[in-house]
Amino acid sequence: METKRIDLPVDRKIVADLRVGDEVRLFGKIVTGRDAAHKFLVEQKPDFVRDFLKGTFIYHCGPVMRATPSGWEVVAAGPTTSIREEPYQAAVLEEYGLAGAIGKGGMGDKTLAGLVKTGTVYLHAVGGVATLLAQRMKRVVGVHMLEELGAPEAFWIIEVEDFPALVTMDSTGASLHKTIREKSDKAFAEIIS
Amino acid sequence: MAEDLLYQRFAEGAYQTILAASSRLPDDVTRALAAAHAREQEGPSRSALAFILENISLAREKSTPVCQDTGYPTFYVTLPARYDKARVKSALREQLAAATKDAVMRPNAVHSLTGKNSGNNTGELFPAVYFEECGGDRLEMKLLLKGGGSENVSAQYRLPHAPLKAGRDLEGVYRVVMHCVLEAQGFGCSPGVLGVAIGADRAQGYSLAKKQLLRGLDEKNTDPELARLEERILADSNRLGVGAMGFGGATTVLGVKAAAAHRHPASFFVTIAYGCWALRRKTMKFDGTGFEITD
Repeated sequence: METKRIDLPVDRKIVADLRVGDEVRLFGKIVTGRDAAHKFLVEQKPDFVRDFLKGTFIYHCGPVMRATPSGWEVVAAGPTTSIREEPYQAAVLEEYGLAGAIGKGGMGDKTLAGLVKTGTVYLHAVGGVATLLAQRMKRVVGVHMLEELGAPEAFWIIEVEDFPALVTMDSTGASLHKTIREKSDKAFAEIIS
Repeated sequence: MAEDLLYQRFAEGAYQTILAASSRLPDDVTRALAAAHAREQEGPSRSALAFILENISLAREKSTPVCQDTGYPTFYVTLPARYDKARVKSALREQLAAATKDAVMRPNAVHSLTGKNSGNNTGELFPAVYFEECGGDRLEMKLLLKGGGSENVSAQYRLPHAPLKAGRDLEGVYRVVMHCVLEAQGFGCSPGVLGVAIGADRAQGYSLAKKQLLRGLDEKNTDPELARLEERILADSNRLGVGAMGFGGATTVLGVKAAAAHRHPASFFVTIAYGCWALRRKTMKFDGTGFEITD
């Protein structure tokens, strides 16, 4: 298994070469966005987000943040369940020129088709390892919609260093989640038969 | 005045319990995760477990949340008659708000109609506080912080369940619980812990199932039949191959804790409370002056 370094923003051509099972380490700016943010991106098509979303990853995460005299500090920031963004994800990736999404639990066929179409990937961060991931976040660059959406749902622009994730869905249409589901379905049928 | 001091001291203990629950994963859960890591083959599940173990130590060291989803806080308070429940409850709400301000807890209370986050982890039925009365003069409070992802994969089945060929017996219970684990895959942040309630009505079924998550992983069920059921579900869940985070692997479930209640003749519910690997629970014992916090 190979660990690949990805510097952000990244060209989609580089991302399209990533395959399920590749471990990646991200460097540069990523942007958090979860349920309300995805709905907002699809329904309102805001322009102010375009600059900071292009070529990076949208991270399904509602972080714990601390206000300090020198600005915001990330306290805990693991991934949230991605499947809730399934209705929106493919459209969001395409509309804003993202390199992909980061979350947990994987996503469905609609998103997978979107990854194939746009040459992007889905990265799985380890669920719950919030303090560890916060340590890999060096700086909060900015925040948008904090008042409207609340802290967990706002767009936080965060500079990361050595942020670990696993490619579980790629632009060839492969999905680790599908593979494991099929295997476990089979095992289940055998066990309870 | 003496009364004010009593609740002030209780509040101090409550704050420390919230902090400990959020940042210090219980030792038994940490040990079970370390054992899962040791037996996992090289691959994504093993790396995930390694990150999980590193994260647990970091959170403990820095007193920061183990997981950013600090959950739907649920307090179980057993108290002698001298305590005023309204004062206990308001102390808990105040301490929760304080812990949220200190970034120990994420603001998780969202108004269901307006979508507005209250910002301090309090709202209608939020947090959940359950009271039970006891004799003596010592108050005991258990706190469970259970995240939304794991709550979303919790499930309730009604037996008989024809598609799963699950009848109204322990075999039927086994089959639906196995199905719940299959459906949860990695969504609830596996490897998880299952709280299982057999019987009761729908509402108490969920409540009883969740309460099982407060039990120690190493503690054996005193009912031999339930102990056997727990062992069987644990062993067979780990043959599904879901693994940590659903990446494929040998450990899908860390523990199973089952309880049985009486049921209505017409109903047979089986309820599963899925607890993620970050099973955050603490107990505080308060004697009126000092407090002691344990896993």
